[in-house]
Amino acid sequence: MTTDKVRKRQGDTVTPAEGPGRGPGLRPRPRTGRKACDLAVKILSGFFALLALFLLAWILSTVIRRGAIALNWEFFTELPPVAGAEGGGLSNAIIGTLLITALAALMGVPIGMMTGVYLAEFGAHSRIAAPARFVINVLMGTPSIIVGVFVYTFLVLPFGGFSGYAGAVALAILMLPVVARTSEDMLTLVPNTLRESALALGAPRWKVTLGVIFRAARSGLITGVILAVARIAGETAPLLFTALNSPWEVDGLGQPTANLTVTIFQYAMSPYDNWQQIAWGASLLITVFVLVVMLSTRFLLRTRSR
Amino acid sequence: MCASLCAYTKAAGHGVTPPPEYSGAAPQSGGDVVFKILTGGCTVVVLVLIGAIFYELLANSWLSIKTFGWRFLVSSDWDAVRSRFGAASSIYGTLVCTAIAMLLAVPVGLVTALFLVELAPPRISRLVGTGVELLAAIPSIIYGMWGLFVFAPFLSNYVYPGLQSGLGFLPLFDGPTTGIGMLTAGIILAIMILPFITAVTRDVFMMVPPALRESAFGMGATTWEVTRKVTMRYGFKGIIGATLLGLGRAIGETMAVTFVIGNAHRIRISLLENGNTITSTLANEFQEAAAEPLFRAALIELGLILFVLTFVIQALAQLWLRRVSRGMGGGL
Repeated sequence: MTTDKVRKRQGDTVTPAEGPGRGPGLRPRPRTGRKACDLAVKILSGFFALLALFLLAWILSTVIRRGAIALNWEFFTELPPVAGAEGGGLSNAIIGTLLITALAALMGVPIGMMTGVYLAEFGAHSRIAAPARFVINVLMGTPSIIVGVFVYTFLVLPFGGFSGYAGAVALAILMLPVVARTSEDMLTLVPNTLRESALALGAPRWKVTLGVIFRAARSGLITGVILAVARIAGETAPLLFTALNSPWEVDGLGQPTANLTVTIFQYAMSPYDNWQQIAWGASLLITVFVLVVMLSTRFLLRTRSR
Repeated sequence: MCASLCAYTKAAGHGVTPPPEYSGAAPQSGGDVVFKILTGGCTVVVLVLIGAIFYELLANSWLSIKTFGWRFLVSSDWDAVRSRFGAASSIYGTLVCTAIAMLLAVPVGLVTALFLVELAPPRISRLVGTGVELLAAIPSIIYGMWGLFVFAPFLSNYVYPGLQSGLGFLPLFDGPTTGIGMLTAGIILAIMILPFITAVTRDVFMMVPPALRESAFGMGATTWEVTRKVTMRYGFKGIIGATLLGLGRAIGETMAVTFVIGNAHRIRISLLENGNTITSTLANEFQEAAAEPLFRAALIELGLILFVLTFVIQALAQLWLRRVSRGMGGGL
């Protein structure tokens, strides 16, 4: 490594600390103790980096090993079994999760992206821009369970009952700040010359934004949306207070709706082996989805930057 | 770099300079006015949202606030039958678990970031970096499953008995070694926020001007000396910001904690005992509470306490990071 080379060269030339004006205080300090300390820290940091990889491998291998046993054709086609019985699957929860997540994206993405557009293109220095950025960051760090409780008090209590719609609203609120933040960042990355040339052709601002800026920032915007979807797909706490769960087929989102994550929570906490096994199957499904999405966006970004 | 993590670090600093405005440059078309109102309206929705969350939580916990007053914060009663509720044990558990998580995750995150930036060859650094990001992407409920079925039994069989025979004389490590309890919850929380702290610290380390580090190396300093005396001192404020953000995450984490903490409403000195946190109480008891107004209000007041806590932490982190990035000339 270059740093080592530099240090060695330095050691060779500096050690004879003689010459006019050089007091004994400038003599190099003994190196053995310092080198030992350096080595200890290097070994320690390598160890912890390895530990992080080891933990990842441990968690993933557990989920894959235990989840793979539970996954079969029935898992995707049948309704949940009664406690203790064999067979059965989570077809309703898979459909429910897909529906709730899709509806959440339908609400969260447009609002989030519009906010990003306002902050980047129209009102970057307006009076509400600074507080809006602040609030977006605070929302991003607000625990998801708080959003769940909020939607419970806001939609579930007044409208009489848990519903898939309320679940979708909760997830949309969680998506909102992520989409807004990444959209703003991606739009500000678009060079100003593009805006200027489009405006010089006489295009109105909104056409410039939709037709030129969006096209230039497309892959970044898509990445932001995908990451936000991946984030909400694994959320459990907000759904616990809103969509709850149900052992029945999904029949519209107007009532408690089956979904994968709350099912994992309820089945894992139950004492029945067959339910716990199904929970592992659902865990594998969620994990694979989230990680595949994560890795593919990384790949997308890397190929773009080349 | 994972976008969501990156967004946090960029959050306060606005690393990218916004483009200048053109609103006055050309006569605005009708479409422009509509578009501006539309997008501005969405921005206002986001602003209103945070106020709405606060208002709803306050309004719906009013019954409990009126009934228990300040006693709610210091009482550890939790009796649904006699309708007496207090938040003390939940707050205590939240603080203890978060403290354990921070004590473990901050130093480990620091040295892991050091490894990524200073020590590892680029290829290994990228590999480990990806691994750390994947660790951040795993949903919290998966940590809960793994914690309950794999990690807690592991700790109970191999780690806690040894810990107890070595340090059992301390009241902190007295008690049962079932593997379910506050210490296990704290360790799992630490694993969950580790990637977060590592990522932000790595960004802080990479911001240090190379000339500064190189001149320290030129003086004959070892890698650790450069890190401790130059990189960390330069990036100290950024590391504080990273710690605050990690703290905000740890304190609101729900599912992983709920699985392994044991959910007992009491305050125990021993870290191996069952406990509860604000989030685990909410997740566990909400369904029974839904029918009883006072019980429900007490739970929502717990949520309100958590919201205020995280809001303060987030606000502090933002202001801090903004000040720091201004002091460093942006870029964080």
